[in-house]
Amino acid sequence: MENFLQQLINGLTLGSIYGLIAIGYTMVFGIIGMVNFAHGDVFMLSAFIALLVFLILTQLVGLAYPPLAFLIVLLAAMAFTGLWSWAIERVAYRPLRGSFRLAPLISAIGMSILLSNFVQVAQGPRNKTVPPMFTDLIRLTDGPLSVTLSYKQILIMAVTAALLLGFWFLVQKTALGRAQRACSQDRKMAALLGVDVDRTISLTFVIGAALAAVAGALYILYYGVVNFSDGFTPGVKAFTAAVLGGIGSLPGAVIGGLLIGLIETFWAAYFSSDYKDVAAFSVLAVTLVFMPSGLLGRPEVEKV
Amino acid sequence: MAAPTAPPRSRLQTALGDAGFAALVTFGLSFPLLAFRTEQDMQNRLVVEPRWSWSLAAVLAIFCARLLAGLIQDWRARALAIPGALVAIYGGSLALGPSFSAGALTACAGLVLLALAFPLDARLRQAPAPAARSEGSDRSRLFALGGVLALFLFPFVMLTLLGPAGSLKWINNYGVQILIYVMLGWGLNIVVGLAGLLDLGYVAFYAVGAYSYALLSTTFGISFWLCLPLAGILAAFWGVILGFPVLRLRGDYLAIVTMAFGEIIRIVLINWTDFSNGYAGISSIPRVTFFGVPFTANEDGFAALFGLEFTPIHRTIFLYFLILCLALLTNAVTLRLRRLPIGRAWEALREDEIACRSLGVNTVNTKLTAFALGAMFGGFAGAFFAVRQNFVSPESFTFIESATILAIVVLGGMGSQVGVALAAVAMIGGTEILRELDFLKHIFGGSFDPAQYRMLIFGLAMVVMMIWKPRGLISTRAPSIFLKHKRAVAGSLVREGHG
Repeated sequence: MENFLQQLINGLTLGSIYGLIAIGYTMVFGIIGMVNFAHGDVFMLSAFIALLVFLILTQLVGLAYPPLAFLIVLLAAMAFTGLWSWAIERVAYRPLRGSFRLAPLISAIGMSILLSNFVQVAQGPRNKTVPPMFTDLIRLTDGPLSVTLSYKQILIMAVTAALLLGFWFLVQKTALGRAQRACSQDRKMAALLGVDVDRTISLTFVIGAALAAVAGALYILYYGVVNFSDGFTPGVKAFTAAVLGGIGSLPGAVIGGLLIGLIETFWAAYFSSDYKDVAAFSVLAVTLVFMPSGLLGRPEVEKV
Repeated sequence: MAAPTAPPRSRLQTALGDAGFAALVTFGLSFPLLAFRTEQDMQNRLVVEPRWSWSLAAVLAIFCARLLAGLIQDWRARALAIPGALVAIYGGSLALGPSFSAGALTACAGLVLLALAFPLDARLRQAPAPAARSEGSDRSRLFALGGVLALFLFPFVMLTLLGPAGSLKWINNYGVQILIYVMLGWGLNIVVGLAGLLDLGYVAFYAVGAYSYALLSTTFGISFWLCLPLAGILAAFWGVILGFPVLRLRGDYLAIVTMAFGEIIRIVLINWTDFSNGYAGISSIPRVTFFGVPFTANEDGFAALFGLEFTPIHRTIFLYFLILCLALLTNAVTLRLRRLPIGRAWEALREDEIACRSLGVNTVNTKLTAFALGAMFGGFAGAFFAVRQNFVSPESFTFIESATILAIVVLGGMGSQVGVALAAVAMIGGTEILRELDFLKHIFGGSFDPAQYRMLIFGLAMVVMMIWKPRGLISTRAPSIFLKHKRAVAGSLVREGHG
């Protein structure tokens, strides 16, 4: 029982990170029907940006108060990663909009290779480690196998929840969110009714990247280490989460993320940690084959 | 009364504005990642140090490139001007810093290129656009025949020009390496180009073929010539097994699931150490023989049998012809199949699956045969890979390989055999040439490692080529069947990747 509770906490923490990345996939797919293959590498890039900003703050500026530093790191990572994503969309995807369907996919794969190798060249191939922060533990139960909840786990889940609330408000209540939903339903009609489609799509990429940047900052806080090749696997798992929740559905992405985090953690705990990636990939295949519209997605109907 | 309008901005003003904006964005992009670097100090702690020179260089390069792209219209003149400007800037910075003479020389060379670009642009702008050439089928057939002849002569030409030691690199790194990817591209072309099934896990079948030969030969001592068909059959079998669950999926979803299958196979190969020896891989796989005659210096070896002096290049040349024949076999089978009912069913399926079903095409069998045949050629290529390297490990079968092969097919123009071959030469030959850039060390200093930039440039090339030619190098396609006249079909009229 203690083990189960502990794994539940770990799984929810990991799932929060996947959920944040998954929103970026699901929004972009919803609005332009494209799998943004480079999104996982944008996440990795954001982790590096967060790491660098943190080091600049603590070493060059001399900021010693961790919560403030963490807040600045989050905001800076969101801003710079958003800019990166905006530039990527502008350079690599926008010229191909309306072109035939494989071209943006190949361009996105090229972008993914480009980003990971750019980080390798700019920052070196070695693992980057930061000292652990917010390490205090809360003991929930006493005993030989005590269940613990660390401050950073609380922080990760709290930040995720707060962001999702703000994000939900953005999509449901603001003009931008309305334009976004209109574009994902019918892009041509939205354009006819005066929605600036290009701007909406750009902002969708920026928002998705900003959420991935939070995930990146939380990732480096949680694991304390990042490498230039760390984008691919979390990227695929987050995409799995988006598919499991029903691609195009925002609550679905979060639920899918939490589920993938739980599945992976429990699989690693009770079966085999070597094959935990296989578990996530198998969930992807099984979902797509047996339940292509996911948990909350709308079924795809083809009209002839 | 017309309202007074602002005078239209001149081209220079527009270009300067755009370039300034691009430079500003580049500065933002480069701020944490290029402008600072992290180092491990003595206590193994990360220390951050400013490195503004990199950021400045990136901003300056983007500013110049964007400015020139705004001023120069023709892409050929741009291709001359932008590298010229970058070389000039680099030369200038070199002249101010370490070595004046070399820097000044480089800067002058760059400026000459830059100066040449402007008159070239003016002339090209006046010249009328060349009339679209119609590709006669006779000419393209002649081109293909000439190409095949050149491929057969290539090793001998290299041998006479460079001698056994010098030509080894060219035949092995360029000839064999490129031909492997040509074959993989042609194999995947059956699945993606003909049947329209987007497969991002093709490397799985390549791995199945390679491990089939590796395991069968090291465990049971079965010879390569028996293993080659077995590897193809096993890969085709896996093609059916992995193809069966994804029959209902289309487009991007299919791509993602096949990618997941490819990764699953790789993870299993890594972790199932009893079977595949894990990360360590399988080494000392038997080398290729000349139909039973080994390529050794012994008296029963190939050289002694034919009365030649022994050199290791014989084996390389034999491998070259082996992969050439395998690739040509793939091509011949594909071209034949396109005319058979099954080939027509593939192409019909690519265009419209619902219409196919309505007309009674068995889509299950059609899709599975495409998967199986594509996988079979991947398996042949895998067995060849194992016998060439004498060593296989899961490292060789990463997702990047699948992406490369798919990029070759899409860049080649989906369904065009010549296009796929040209794309393989461009992508693989290009990245191999990047290994040869050691001379850049003399220019940029000893610490500069060009190999580091290989994959960076590879990714960039994928993006640039897609933007330049989204429909691939050869975007028209010859119809497989026709009424009276054979007309090339523009790629934009073909619905692709919906299967």
